[in-house]
Amino acid sequence: MSATDSTEHSTEHTRRDFLYVATGVAGAVGAAAVAWPFIDQMRPDASTRALASIQVDVTAVEPGMSLTVKWRGRPVFIRNRTEQEIEAAKEVPLDQLKDPVARNENLPGDEPATDLARSAGEGKENWLVMLGVCTHLGCVPLGQAGDFGGWFCPCHGSHYDTAGRIRKGPAPENLHVPTFSFVSDTVIQIG
Amino acid sequence: MSGGHSTYTPKSGIGRWMDARLPLPRLIYDSFVAYPVPRNLNYAYTFGGILTLMLVAQILTGVVLAMHYAANTEVAFNSVEKIMRDVNSGWLLRYLHSNGASFFFIAVYVHIFRGLYYGSYKAPRELLWILGCIIYLLMMATAFMGYVLPWGQMSFWGATVITGFFTAIPVVGDWIQQLLLGGFAVDNPTLNRFFSLHYLLPFMIAGVVVLHVWALHVTGQTNPTGIEVKQKTDTVAFTPYATVKDAFAMVVFLFVFAYFVFYIPNYLGHPDNYIEANPLKTPAHIVPEWYFLPFYAILRAITFNIGPIDSKLGGVLAMFGAIAVLFVVPWLDTSKVRSAAYRPWYRLFFWLFAADAIFLGWLGSRPAEGVYVALAQVATLYYFAFFLIIMPVLGLIETPRRLPNSITEAVLEKNKAGAPASAQPVGER
Repeated sequence: MSATDSTEHSTEHTRRDFLYVATGVAGAVGAAAVAWPFIDQMRPDASTRALASIQVDVTAVEPGMSLTVKWRGRPVFIRNRTEQEIEAAKEVPLDQLKDPVARNENLPGDEPATDLARSAGEGKENWLVMLGVCTHLGCVPLGQAGDFGGWFCPCHGSHYDTAGRIRKGPAPENLHVPTFSFVSDTVIQIG
Repeated sequence: MSGGHSTYTPKSGIGRWMDARLPLPRLIYDSFVAYPVPRNLNYAYTFGGILTLMLVAQILTGVVLAMHYAANTEVAFNSVEKIMRDVNSGWLLRYLHSNGASFFFIAVYVHIFRGLYYGSYKAPRELLWILGCIIYLLMMATAFMGYVLPWGQMSFWGATVITGFFTAIPVVGDWIQQLLLGGFAVDNPTLNRFFSLHYLLPFMIAGVVVLHVWALHVTGQTNPTGIEVKQKTDTVAFTPYATVKDAFAMVVFLFVFAYFVFYIPNYLGHPDNYIEANPLKTPAHIVPEWYFLPFYAILRAITFNIGPIDSKLGGVLAMFGAIAVLFVVPWLDTSKVRSAAYRPWYRLFFWLFAADAIFLGWLGSRPAEGVYVALAQVATLYYFAFFLIIMPVLGLIETPRRLPNSITEAVLEKNKAGAPASAQPVGER
């Protein structure tokens, strides 16, 4: 097409312009449709997504003992807390907490982070079940360590208290409590 | 200065036949033989060639290592040990590859600091600089994914921490992290895709290197004076002058490289990576490879919330910002004078910046507690102040030293040191 042709065309919209735009749009939509499977295949596959539940027998876990189990490729801490640990966690005023929300999947999302809301609930306050994944960048915190006698993440120095609540350091949230229930007095089902 | 007339004349019949059909020999002759380079290039300018050599070396050793490696969490760790013990010369190839990554980064850091010192990024070389920044980003991605492949403790937890950066993004962060990992935690899908991408990215680097060299040959090299080439006496032919100088620098560089490979092959690594990955146990101290340490220190320096941005997102933004700021350096530096050789104040701040970057690297290797956090905050502040405050402001208020009229004059002046410089006014470029 010569230069004079294109200057003539530029002043008015023609059917040909419409066809150019329509072809371009159809091409873009087609390209996006082809691109999606290439992105989609990267997401967790069916076997990973299949919600695996596990049952854990905690008969042998005496007060002051902990158990770490693997669930969905990640560690879950199960701790039978001592009286002192529960008392220490209960004494903390809620306004001193960096993250005031319980982060407990079994409770409403805005539940305040009281010691009861973090534990397995009324009558089972000694049991603490939570993901052993630091809410900062995903390291596994060390148990019974740090400034508050709870957990301490060695990667970037986050301190959690005896109810797994973030007290100091870069982590933004309390350790997450996954969906779990006691199927009997001594067996916990996670997931 | 290139691009113009070609001086290539094929001498043989085959040469003329080829030249009329695919003038590849002409391109090579014009780019790497007759190509004029400034006559005053010093050894800081040899690292581009060294980097090309290291890229080729990494691809060669990498391709043969991939013949013996298996990207599956069940066997990956043992397949690397098999390379070390059973595969013929496997230990050498693996040490060349793992130390090669470190030496690639040593060379790229010298190359970048040379560019910052001599103002190589200034007009008309902005795109050349940005292409270099892209290569650097691709190098970091490649190195990170390569470090995951041996499936040791540092591999696993490094991958966990680095992919964890993306969870700091509001709303879509978790979705993005799962997209990268192919699961809820680093696992077999992650290892598989990292291996695939680790194999792909070096070839993308090679592609961007072609663009980088192309852009270089359009504008021509800078040189220690920062003055553009003006006349034929300012340049020498690439071959033999630059070729031999580059080759000599490569030999010296390879001597040091060989010393590491043969005598201290694990000096730059971490002993924890010889423990197989364990998803239930984090090592007491996670440290990335040395070449990421300054950025790691910046990440950990943000321990406070900034308005609506919490400390986690703030740290991640600061870390990525520390790299992103490099892309806009050509527009941050307001000085009319290119080379630090004629900018006494810039030179001072530049060396402070170099020291600051090394200091940040050292802080990145320390635990994130006590005085180290405060020091990292001060060092991070200077890192950003250098680019965002000192570069723009200094260019406006600094009085540069007198510039020579040409590269030739600068060289001759230096050669008869002590003799009076020819009296010419300042400011001419």
